Amino acid sequence: MARAVSRNQKIGWTIAAWIVALVIFFPILYAIITSLKTEQEAIAGFNLIPSFTFESYQAVQSQNDYFKPFMNSVILSVGSTILALIVAIPAAWAMAFSPTKRTKDILMWMLSTKMMPAVAVLVPIYLIFLRTGLMDTRIGLTILLMLINLPIVVWMLYTYFREIPGEILEAARMDGATLRDEIVHILTPMAVPGIASTLLLNVILAWNEAFWTIQLTTTNAAPLSAFIASFSSPQGLFWAKLSAASTMAIAPILILGWFSQKQLVRGLTFGAVK
Amino acid sequence: MATRQTASLARLMRAPAIVLLLIWMLVPLGMTLYYSFLNYNLLNPTNTSWAGWFNYQYFYTDPAFWESIWNTLVLTLGVLFITVAGGILIAMLIDKPIFGQGIVRILVISPFFVMPPVAALIWKNMIMHPSYGVFADIAKFFGAAPIDWFAQFPLFSIIVIVAWQWLPFATLILLTSLQSLDGEQMEAAEMDGAPALSRFIYLTLPHMARAITVVILIQTIFLLGVYAEILVTTNGGPGFASTNLTYLIYRAARLNFDIGGAAAGGIIAVVLANIVAIFLMRAVGKNLD
Repeated sequence: MARAVSRNQKIGWTIAAWIVALVIFFPILYAIITSLKTEQEAIAGFNLIPSFTFESYQAVQSQNDYFKPFMNSVILSVGSTILALIVAIPAAWAMAFSPTKRTKDILMWMLSTKMMPAVAVLVPIYLIFLRTGLMDTRIGLTILLMLINLPIVVWMLYTYFREIPGEILEAARMDGATLRDEIVHILTPMAVPGIASTLLLNVILAWNEAFWTIQLTTTNAAPLSAFIASFSSPQGLFWAKLSAASTMAIAPILILGWFSQKQLVRGLTFGAVK
Repeated sequence: MATRQTASLARLMRAPAIVLLLIWMLVPLGMTLYYSFLNYNLLNPTNTSWAGWFNYQYFYTDPAFWESIWNTLVLTLGVLFITVAGGILIAMLIDKPIFGQGIVRILVISPFFVMPPVAALIWKNMIMHPSYGVFADIAKFFGAAPIDWFAQFPLFSIIVIVAWQWLPFATLILLTSLQSLDGEQMEAAEMDGAPALSRFIYLTLPHMARAITVVILIQTIFLLGVYAEILVTTNGGPGFASTNLTYLIYRAARLNFDIGGAAAGGIIAVVLANIVAIFLMRAVGKNLD
């Protein structure tokens, strides 16, 4: 679009866009600022310049053992994503390169499992967890999060794998490549970017999951989403400490998220918008 | 190309994912269906009996049920309206030639990565709190009385929070769609003297139609399940004023220990979600081949 835009026009649009962006980002920014205030400052009215104290961060760790839910979040999100990849990579690979008449139906059916409202299976899952001793365990939640995200993982991988030209595989087979050659020299280099994007998006989704983590954990396996939700009670955290806990909970995922904008569109629309 | 050997290998590679999802779908859903026909309360588990359609009747005739259905509708439609309308406007704004486009984009999509409990607590305590929130500070600055958002407008407050979380998603997808718009066509229309509004209605909007559909359908799936935002702000109250269907079922199961009733509610939720899902599947399915 080689259209001449006057400089004034560009400045006008820039100002408008920046105002909108800052308004949208403001709650996050304000939480970060508040986390650097003392508790007295935090409730002393609107103020964008904190005293840059880190006492709230220290307090959250010393009073609430912040490190434990943080590690639970890491273990649950990364663990469930890796488990899902182990199951999904072969499935997506097979569907992309050896499609049958039913492949499309299978994919659509997998997508349909994602449409099931979580609350519809709250009762059975809760009872199963209670009776099998999975309640408040990391292993139980890891498996559950894996199942929840499996359809998205298969779908994302499938849309990436489909972009790998099948002729390359065929040519390799004609040249007498073994299955092992296929995997090492073709699959791996061409599929790694797609797998990496899928991993990234699913770690984000699992990290932010807040229905099952709240239902199925108390203290032992509680990740950050459940930990922070417990501060909604009146005797919960004060403003600055809540902000510090929140900032630490969202910072890693915010940064990962910025790197995965493109994949986000693709993953969450099941390839319908690219 | 697919020899018998690769075909059976492919079947083997597909099997684990299919079997797992099959179990994940059938077992809990079957159990929910079964429980929905039982008089089963966790406080009195020995006294369990066959209930027939009682749980459904009970759920259906409970005034809280209709209130929660209404709230679910208002919440879903309210958030959809804000995010789609806002998303179109913001996407068009970001698509303009601006300085620092990359940073603007990052700032705008950020709320999507904030986990629901954190988003809700930031809004509850730092933005909408009647004494310490930014809104209260603004009201005081203008000499007005601060509003107690969650007491006076509980459902609206939750709509604002959820819309803030989903606006980035809508914006990002609509922006992606906008960027694939044919610039030459737009230029031709401009040269022919088509005013900005008609260019928007006849070129931009039809081009984005598909993306808008996808945004609406995907968001609806997630919006029907809004939970954590309600839990940490209003707890569904005052009364049932901000209880949606998901929250009502959660209350039945976890606070009233009514397994049968919660299961019946769950089945109703499945039926509702399926109505939406059918449309979504069609939209996505078209893109497969």
